Amino acid sequence: MSNIFFWRKKREEEKAEQSQPDSASDAQSLVAAELPRRSSRAGIRSLFSRIKFDLESLEQLEEILIQADFGVTTAEAIVTEVKKIAKAQGAKSESDLKNILAAVIRDKLATGNRELNLSSGKLPYVILVVGVNGVGKTTTIGKLATWLTQGNLKVVLGAADTFRAAAVDQLSTWAKTAGVNLVGPSSEGQDPASVAFQAVEYGVKNQADVVIIDTAGRLQNKTDLMDELSKIRRVIEKQAEIAEVLLVLDATTGQNGLVQAKAFSEAIAVTGIALTKLDGSAKGGIVVAIQNELAIPIKLVGTGEGVEDFAFFDPEEFASGLVA
Amino acid sequence: MFGNLSDRLAETFKSLRGKGRLSAADIDGTLREIRKALLEADVALEVVKNFVGAIRERALGDEVSTSLNPAQQVVQIVNDELVKILGGEARKLRNGKVSPTVIMLAGLQGSGKTTLAGKLAKWLKTQGENPLLVAADLQRPNAVDQLKVLGQKVSVEVYSPEVGSGVGDPVKVAKDSIAHARSKGNTVVIVDTAGRLGVDQEMMQQAKKIRDAIKPDETLFVIDAMLGQDAVNVAKAFEDGVGITAVVLTKLDGDARGGAALSVASVTGKPIIFSSTGEGLDAFEPFYPDRMASRILDMGDILTLIEQAQKQFDEKSALEMAEKLAKESFTLEDFLDQMQQLRKMGSLKSMLAMMPGAGQMRAQLDNLDEKDIDRTEAIIRSMTPVERNNPKVLNGSRRTRIARGSGMSVTDVNSLVNRFEQAAKMMKTVAKGGTPQIPGMPAGIGSVVPRKKAKDKKKSGSKSGNPAKRALQEQANRDGGSLPTSGAGSAFGIGN
Repeated sequence: MSNIFFWRKKREEEKAEQSQPDSASDAQSLVAAELPRRSSRAGIRSLFSRIKFDLESLEQLEEILIQADFGVTTAEAIVTEVKKIAKAQGAKSESDLKNILAAVIRDKLATGNRELNLSSGKLPYVILVVGVNGVGKTTTIGKLATWLTQGNLKVVLGAADTFRAAAVDQLSTWAKTAGVNLVGPSSEGQDPASVAFQAVEYGVKNQADVVIIDTAGRLQNKTDLMDELSKIRRVIEKQAEIAEVLLVLDATTGQNGLVQAKAFSEAIAVTGIALTKLDGSAKGGIVVAIQNELAIPIKLVGTGEGVEDFAFFDPEEFASGLVA
Repeated sequence: MFGNLSDRLAETFKSLRGKGRLSAADIDGTLREIRKALLEADVALEVVKNFVGAIRERALGDEVSTSLNPAQQVVQIVNDELVKILGGEARKLRNGKVSPTVIMLAGLQGSGKTTLAGKLAKWLKTQGENPLLVAADLQRPNAVDQLKVLGQKVSVEVYSPEVGSGVGDPVKVAKDSIAHARSKGNTVVIVDTAGRLGVDQEMMQQAKKIRDAIKPDETLFVIDAMLGQDAVNVAKAFEDGVGITAVVLTKLDGDARGGAALSVASVTGKPIIFSSTGEGLDAFEPFYPDRMASRILDMGDILTLIEQAQKQFDEKSALEMAEKLAKESFTLEDFLDQMQQLRKMGSLKSMLAMMPGAGQMRAQLDNLDEKDIDRTEAIIRSMTPVERNNPKVLNGSRRTRIARGSGMSVTDVNSLVNRFEQAAKMMKTVAKGGTPQIPGMPAGIGSVVPRKKAKDKKKSGSKSGNPAKRALQEQANRDGGSLPTSGAGSAFGIGN
């Protein structure tokens, strides 16, 4: 979050010049207090709730990882690595092995920049949120908008999901919760790209800090719908840079998650992943394969339906939570 | 990228098919591939283990070693076991003893319950029922509004006394809805409930209360085809929590391999009875276990395709077409007509994906440009009525004119005419009761007498002068003999 703090500091200084004098350091600490980095620990369940983990059960590790949706290839790779390190270190105890496993998983997830790109200084920061149907795009946007608002950022939501029944209403309910403005379609079934355009236009005109665009859920094998995303991107870029393209991924998703990430990346250059529904029994192991194969960092996690149930992804927490 | 489960198994069977006799080593190699393919298809590990075990047992038994074609037998066994897990015979929606029949929808967040409620209501209407939709998802913001909009679209009443978005008691709404339905004379009540996690005790308790209040005839567990290994835990939680009676599989139009279907059916022992296959409110169909197994085995989902075709081609024009075929007066005009009928059936790609052997074509399918059909249409539309009705008059100067008129080249016009003649010839064969040689299609298919017509129209459509599709055809032609489906098809009697 350091990036956003720096940037906030600058904004606060500007504001301070205009109105009440306020020390820069005060402003910074104020913002830091307002934008807490929530822990995602609550949502992560251990792989080993029922199984003892020792040298013998190392053979079972592959199956355990497969059951956590890591996929056969990634599971095999992790087991090989853990075995190699365990042999080299002469590790035998359960806690040693768990530490090795956690380190291997963490290292696979720790690459790439996980900060939200809110520091370029080019306002407004446009965040485009994409994903397949039912993964929790709108809910994620609601939480993100609330969080940004708590940091005194001016947020505008663009309801470019003009397809699903009542999607706009759903987003506007979240907009009310967050206390932010919403730009929606003026007529039913309006072209989503034009809604996105209007939302960004409104954001520019009203000096918003962040514009978040909700899009309709689309299955990645529907080429025409994927093309629509490129169009939305082009149209937005006429007015502002796109700071983030967040792909929302449901933690219950299996190996198709990798296919999704690949297809969306090809269509619209995804910059980060929001992993939702981590509060269920699913482990979301597919993100390891996604990070490895596509180098798309996981940035946010969703851990419930409440407005506070959202956090920044921390590989360390995720990995240690899995082996706990 | 690995292909579909169908592709993987097809690849496995390819090496088996050439063999006259199988050794235990052959079988183990195949089973390893099957295990991996199933895991990559998101079938839960414990289900995979049981599945592979059952196949191994049967494959090593006398059943295979004494048969004339062991490879075919292994394919048969895999198919049998898949069908067995998926629920055997297709089951119909259960009717209540007293009207109204009560259906409760339950599932994880985002599995597609609300959309499914709308589709189910629409489908029930076509079945002569008078459904009532009940908005008992009072949790998710504006789920009630969503259901109202859907109800309006399918012209079905929505019982929604509460605004939702966290306000109101879903148990009371569900309970009251039954009396409401009775007073209004509804024959079926569909209760949409909030999405909930299997591990959320409180919400599961609520679901149980709803169930106890309305005593549903069917409690449909809605899962999406992308669900991973967790399908097992989720299914168990819902089975223990609310006691499901059947499963509905959504988002089957995606490219997820849908292993969750196997997992859930296996763990709960409950049949999958419907599948949801697209964004439109019509994209809803009964689930056919045998078809799904065939699809997994890459034998294509030809029966679904045929049914869709039957729904779309109206009876009258079908009759007219049959007459024309019999009289051998099939013209380019009819050809154009058919293409437009085909269009109505939905995306050509999804149609083609259902064809047997399509696994091999998937890469090409991705490159298929539906605009090519537009081009073909343009060529035909640039012809005079005389030319359309009698392509024989098409001499060089006419062809040049048509090419210019449609913005295509003379070569394009020539190849369209050639393919049309081939297609017409093929259709004549069919009309006379023969089986056309269609590459990549199991031999048994051609003998599906009452459905033959629709299917062949489809084939003629796909010979419609679309260069991309022609490539597919040619590819299939080239691969013809080695297509895993063509040999195995008849073994399953898929045409029955």
